[in-house]
Amino acid sequence: MIPAAFDYYRPNNMDEVIALLQEHGDDARVMAGGHSLIPMMKLRMAEVPHLIDLQSIEGLNAIEVKDGQITLGAMVTQHDLIDHDGIAAAAPILREAALQIADPQVRYMGTIGGNVANGDPGNDMPGVMQCLDAQINLVGPDGPRTVAARDYYEAAYMTDRADDEVLVSVSLSAPTGGYAYEKQKRKIGDYATAAAAVQITNSEGKVASASIAMTNLSDVPVWSEEAGAALVGTSCDTDALGAAVAAMLGDIDPSEDNRGPVAFKRHVAGVILKRAVTRAWDRA
Amino acid sequence: MNDMTPDREERSANLKGMGCSRKRVEDARFTQGKGNYVDDIKLPDMLHGDFVRSPYAHARVVSVNKEAALALPGVVAVLTAEDLAPLNLHWMPTLAGDKQMVLADGKVLFQGQEVAFVVASDRYVAADAVELVEVEYEELPVITDPFEALKSEVVLREDLEGQTEGAHGPRKHHNHIFTWEQGDEAGTNQVLDNAEVVAEETMYYHRTHPCPLETCGSVASMDKVNGKLTLWGTFQAPHVVRTVASLLSGIEEHNIRVVSPDIGGGFGNKVGVYPGYVCSIVASIVTGKPVKWVEDRMENLMSTAFARDYHMTGKISATKEGKITGLHCHVTADHGGFDACADPTKFPAGFMNICTGSYDIPVAYLAVDGVYTNKAPGGVSYRCSFRVTEAVYFIERMIEVLAIELDMDAAELRRINFIKKEQFPYTAALGWEYDSGDYHTAWDKALETVDYEGLRAEQAERVEAFKRGETRKLMGVGLSFFTEIVGAGPVKNCDILGMGMFDSCEIRIHPTGSAIARLGTISQGQGHATTFAQILASEIGISADSITIEEGDTDTAPYGLGTYGSRSTPVAGAATAMAGRKIRAKAQMIAAYLLEVHDDDVEFDIDRFVVKGAPERFKTMKEIAYAAYNQAIPGIEPGLEAVSYYDPPNMTYPFGAYVCVMDIDVDTGVPEIRRFYALDDCGTRINPMIIEGQVHGGLTEALAVALGQEIAYDDMGNVKTGTLMDFFLPTAWEVPNYETDYTVTPSPHHPIGAKGVGESPHVGGVPCFSNAVQDAFRAFGLRHTNMPHDHWRIWQTANGLGLHD
Repeated sequence: MIPAAFDYYRPNNMDEVIALLQEHGDDARVMAGGHSLIPMMKLRMAEVPHLIDLQSIEGLNAIEVKDGQITLGAMVTQHDLIDHDGIAAAAPILREAALQIADPQVRYMGTIGGNVANGDPGNDMPGVMQCLDAQINLVGPDGPRTVAARDYYEAAYMTDRADDEVLVSVSLSAPTGGYAYEKQKRKIGDYATAAAAVQITNSEGKVASASIAMTNLSDVPVWSEEAGAALVGTSCDTDALGAAVAAMLGDIDPSEDNRGPVAFKRHVAGVILKRAVTRAWDRA
Repeated sequence: MNDMTPDREERSANLKGMGCSRKRVEDARFTQGKGNYVDDIKLPDMLHGDFVRSPYAHARVVSVNKEAALALPGVVAVLTAEDLAPLNLHWMPTLAGDKQMVLADGKVLFQGQEVAFVVASDRYVAADAVELVEVEYEELPVITDPFEALKSEVVLREDLEGQTEGAHGPRKHHNHIFTWEQGDEAGTNQVLDNAEVVAEETMYYHRTHPCPLETCGSVASMDKVNGKLTLWGTFQAPHVVRTVASLLSGIEEHNIRVVSPDIGGGFGNKVGVYPGYVCSIVASIVTGKPVKWVEDRMENLMSTAFARDYHMTGKISATKEGKITGLHCHVTADHGGFDACADPTKFPAGFMNICTGSYDIPVAYLAVDGVYTNKAPGGVSYRCSFRVTEAVYFIERMIEVLAIELDMDAAELRRINFIKKEQFPYTAALGWEYDSGDYHTAWDKALETVDYEGLRAEQAERVEAFKRGETRKLMGVGLSFFTEIVGAGPVKNCDILGMGMFDSCEIRIHPTGSAIARLGTISQGQGHATTFAQILASEIGISADSITIEEGDTDTAPYGLGTYGSRSTPVAGAATAMAGRKIRAKAQMIAAYLLEVHDDDVEFDIDRFVVKGAPERFKTMKEIAYAAYNQAIPGIEPGLEAVSYYDPPNMTYPFGAYVCVMDIDVDTGVPEIRRFYALDDCGTRINPMIIEGQVHGGLTEALAVALGQEIAYDDMGNVKTGTLMDFFLPTAWEVPNYETDYTVTPSPHHPIGAKGVGESPHVGGVPCFSNAVQDAFRAFGLRHTNMPHDHWRIWQTANGLGLHD
């Protein structure tokens, strides 16, 4: 619980951040809320000789909701998200998911950027962003670039982001229809045993579109295209739910941990998905 | 002032004595962050210690290379067993009559074992240096299962090789520690062999950990000029620590001062002696500077005293009508690498022999085999008296299993077997003399309050609805009726390393009528400064607000055995009342002198002595205190002080009736606690608000243990639950609303009739939560399943019963 020594930087602009990252390579890490990185440093599981704090950089903590487009700055906290009326109206699934992350104290500090950027399979927002087909905006030495959340995650803690790039914001189109983020966890503050993000639209009693992503059931978030497709054109009846679950189970790859063995997780993933779809469909 | 009658009530209220929900005087500092814990102690030139710990559960230590660590600027010393050996401090005695390595002496026996102690000028440097100490290990076969240990050729404790006699009798195998037998084996077997009905069950009470919010730590300061050692630490028994430190170090006891400052929870975790304490002392003696050692959370969970880890097999016999005729219990106890259980010395399995519970069982037999494995040492009473949680869980599960065997209602089965009110004092088959109880009254009150019959009817309907496919939730009604055995204890049979388990109180009344009282106990959150002042207020007629309670400094407090096993009120509380009565007796003589009447002609009245029959003639305790110091009274020494050392004639036996209503999601394994009702009888109630707080806390720790909290190991002896991510510590979110209730059956032998309550809710709560889970599945054929009932294990139970098909 005692971190190794490190140099601390608090630059005022992104150019300085990039310069520091270029100078120190993988010896440097940026920090947003610090609620993943600091514990890892205290456990000496992450060695970060150069820690770059993003809190003095302007413009990273804005929430924009305009013309059906939503942009969330990297430094937006979970609490900011929960507290934002515009988000509650435009993308209520974000609020529902944020309320299931950790506890209020952590949510005051923990950020969207930190949650999305690291590729921690336990984080909730990556799955939500995949469900919503969000775009991840990065800045690096060669300027900005954008990656789809659905393409961003490569393996546990491995993402498409290069060491000298910084995640500055996440943007998405405001979703339509019904939504749900359903999460089973052992206790407050825990990662999901299984969680499902569902966004669904209804056209005259039939599913017009459905997007499904699962959390902590593989080493990356799992957007299950086929699970969504299995619902389209149905009325979310028992057979359709069964087909969506079957498709989802083909895409996840959970591993055993203290939350339970694989068979349990697969079973619970199915139950949670059914509940999420049912709730989302009721709201659609 | 002649009209006495109208203000008696007011005078009584002003005392804030027994029975009043006085606010906790400790909370002003705790809620403002002004507590003073071990880690708050900062002394000039203080050094910091940190441990190099073994990553292996069983390995030979081939070599320790300190060079790189010593080369780091700020590192003062790196101690190993070799450095401690000349002082004979590389091993230390445990409270259980075994010995334990302070630092690895040739091998390690559990993951996280202390291998070397780094001392540095700064906490961060110490942590850096730990990483620079190079230890070469040679891995040895790991044994994490006690049954395997008893069959294995692998010798875990090579230091004991060839020793067939242990601290508690013969050793049957090189990994065996002791066998402890109680009761009548032949008689019990005869009854079981000829019984109409016998129920058998094997159950594992998993290993868990008290996990106090504050971890363990110490600050040692050896003053080489005056030869005095001062030791601040997280000690639940500071006086015992002083005596042990003196015996170990050879420093005379008057030259050792042990101080327990504010303690952030103990729950048994801070009873034992840890290598960190010893190393901080040695390091201070070696360096001549104060040395602080404070462990982190992972170290606390991984290396300091665990609780439980009992493999229990039971047989219970009864008539067809359900009258219990006999009980047989065998325990295989996993003690880890060293036997460091914290029990009274003559009780290697604590008070496990209270396992006949609240029932009139004519004959019983208990045998406990202690076994070494490659797990951390410990075996403390986590929020219970010694091994009483294990005993109560055992009997309360056996009752449920017997009810299934008899196809009987478990509440009724309890009722027809309770010890009856008129049978007290009752001598149980395993030897204890229960001082008092009224179980039927408590049980009836509990069942009526929760509408037990209504719950059973609802449950039956739920089962039918489930079978029809209308719901996926089952309903469990958890019952438990427990008898605790607390207040260790009578010196005739209770001692720790030879030190009798009395306790003490010393009172000084100041001339202006306020007071200070010091006790041999130490609060870790129990609120002693509040409640002991209330006992005294009622006894001596001085307002609780005018009484300071002080504990934990061995230079000033009278000798006592500390706080654990709910012993503070039964033992030190009794000493407090008795010392108060000595004060009152002297005050009576002074009052009589001042009022110019005979001693027998005055009587105590709330806060004063009055002349019998003439209440307008009186002297208040304030006046008496002033006179005691400032007036020459013939035949009476000046001053108003008293001390009492109290050796209790018996233990006290709090009891209670708990009911839990739970809904279980069969598909996810998630339990939802709908209702929890707890009726406690702790005898005379000193502060109802504090009792309620104690009950809430104990129930919450019971919920934790029953529903998920465990120290789990993999086959290699790696701790799988070493952080609070995986070790379940419930928050307000997971905790239901508790309904508390009470009956009052005073202890007949305790001066104020109090019995202790801090641990009762844990003792009774664990089986109640567990029984609720298991009861939900009774209709589908479940007989028993082990705790902890976390989501996946509940799911597995449902799955095994075919409920997912």
